[in-house]
Amino acid sequence: MIPAIRVRQVTKSFSGLQALAGIDLEIGQGEFFGLLGPNGAGKTTLISALAGLIRADGGTLEVMGHDVRTDYRNARRKLGVVPQELVFDPFFTVRETLRIQSGYFGIRNNDAWIDEILSNLDLADRADASMRALSGGMKRRVLVAQALVHRPPVIILDEPTAGVDVELRQTLWRFVRRLNEDGHTIVLTTHYLEEAENFCARIAMLKAGRVVALDSTPNLLRRFSAHTVRLRLQGDAALPAGVAGQVERKGSYWSLPLDRYDDLEPILARVRAAGCLIEELEIVKPDLEDVFVKVMNQGGQP
Amino acid sequence: MTGFTTLLYKELLRFWKVGFQTVAAPVLTAMLYLLIFSHVLENRVQVYETVSYTAFLVPGLIMMSMLQNAFANSSSSLIQSKVMGSIVFVLLPPISYTAFFAAYVIAALMRGLAVGLGVLLVTLCFTSLEFVEPLWIMAFAILGGAIMGTLGVLAGLWAEKFDHLAAFQNFLIMPLTFLSGVFYSIHSLPVFWQQVSRYNPIFYLIDGFRHGFFGLSDVSPWQSLAVACSCQIVLSAITLRLLHSGYRLRA
Repeated sequence: MIPAIRVRQVTKSFSGLQALAGIDLEIGQGEFFGLLGPNGAGKTTLISALAGLIRADGGTLEVMGHDVRTDYRNARRKLGVVPQELVFDPFFTVRETLRIQSGYFGIRNNDAWIDEILSNLDLADRADASMRALSGGMKRRVLVAQALVHRPPVIILDEPTAGVDVELRQTLWRFVRRLNEDGHTIVLTTHYLEEAENFCARIAMLKAGRVVALDSTPNLLRRFSAHTVRLRLQGDAALPAGVAGQVERKGSYWSLPLDRYDDLEPILARVRAAGCLIEELEIVKPDLEDVFVKVMNQGGQP
Repeated sequence: MTGFTTLLYKELLRFWKVGFQTVAAPVLTAMLYLLIFSHVLENRVQVYETVSYTAFLVPGLIMMSMLQNAFANSSSSLIQSKVMGSIVFVLLPPISYTAFFAAYVIAALMRGLAVGLGVLLVTLCFTSLEFVEPLWIMAFAILGGAIMGTLGVLAGLWAEKFDHLAAFQNFLIMPLTFLSGVFYSIHSLPVFWQQVSRYNPIFYLIDGFRHGFFGLSDVSPWQSLAVACSCQIVLSAITLRLLHSGYRLRA
């Protein structure tokens, strides 16, 4: 099967500053893919290159097998991009905006689909409101709607939830999940790592224009982070030596790495044997934030 | 085809929705010029023997209004969407650069013609006009609007902020239109300035346009047509080349 997105050896510099330093990436059809990285890592540059908003200096980019440069018409038809910046055309109403956007893609009489998008994004009752009159969150919804008018098989959301309230986030994720279940490929960039962990099956981490980690989300979590046991002993007692390998003290808590759940029993047995009483115990799951920090610090070598 | 027609429709809707400002206001401005200049100069200046000064002034004012508004339409639409970022809505879809070019230029031409028609209708209340050779009138109206619409696209591409565009407008467009024989015949100028005026392409647009009304002009309308066509070809070629390269649109 043709990959939804194929990026090969893509480079891009802006007045001497290297934004993309040879990116290779392949995203399969139907994936829910996360593109993470700190500000300035090149995420938006990569998205802009895929969308044809900027031209890469080297390498090739394809959307559903169509080169974004030589076969730009087909590539753009297959791609829907929700830009990061909150942009809008103040002259039109919501419905006019969406009809015009449909027309740009050569689609007439798109009202049935437009109505469906509007209702899925809870925008139906604002359809005839002027763009000027909408709140920031509403404008963000319209941006999402604009990216979907041509039913693109590949949808890129560039930080769609930055500065967005809880309600919209939930509406948005419900809709995006449904689109993914219907077969759309979703590429997401976000600084909320919890979102990426919840939704993305595979993740690429970018740093200084390079892919420094690329794996399925569970694998990344396993490779870079582990479960830990947090416990507090009665009377704030010290943890007996030899209970576990690496022990860390954080306030009155002790933190022990836990590679497998099976390891918990011997730990508890040793604590008991030393005559200590456990007052509090918690198993902390690995999280992506941990992975992210480690990857960014060591440049991706596990 | 639909991408092009939609972009054209959007550009037309854009100025039509604020028609008070984009069509009515320039018509009022032109009317004020007419009232003041004709009041002051009606019995003092006679350019052509058979034509009153007020009648002489009207085609010049119509053309000047068309040119300025055609330029304003494409240039301000582009700079506005560039500064606000909404240009992405046009850059993301599969619209070819030629369709992009044509939509912006035709919309600018339409605004120019709407303003020109408005000025014509209003001025008819103050003076009677002849339409001796209507084909020339139409040819120069369309060419003038297209040239300035194209120049507007060029300026809108080049400008990175509103200041740049204001400079373009104040230091290039305004002097060229005011020093092109809107208010006078270049034959009334000293020889040196007559020569200078002949390097101003807008002079030919106004002179040729005026020829359509009175059958009289400073130079032959064929010469004016040749200059106007050459201008349009050169400007279009430059603008299309820049659009093709993605100049200041697709970095």
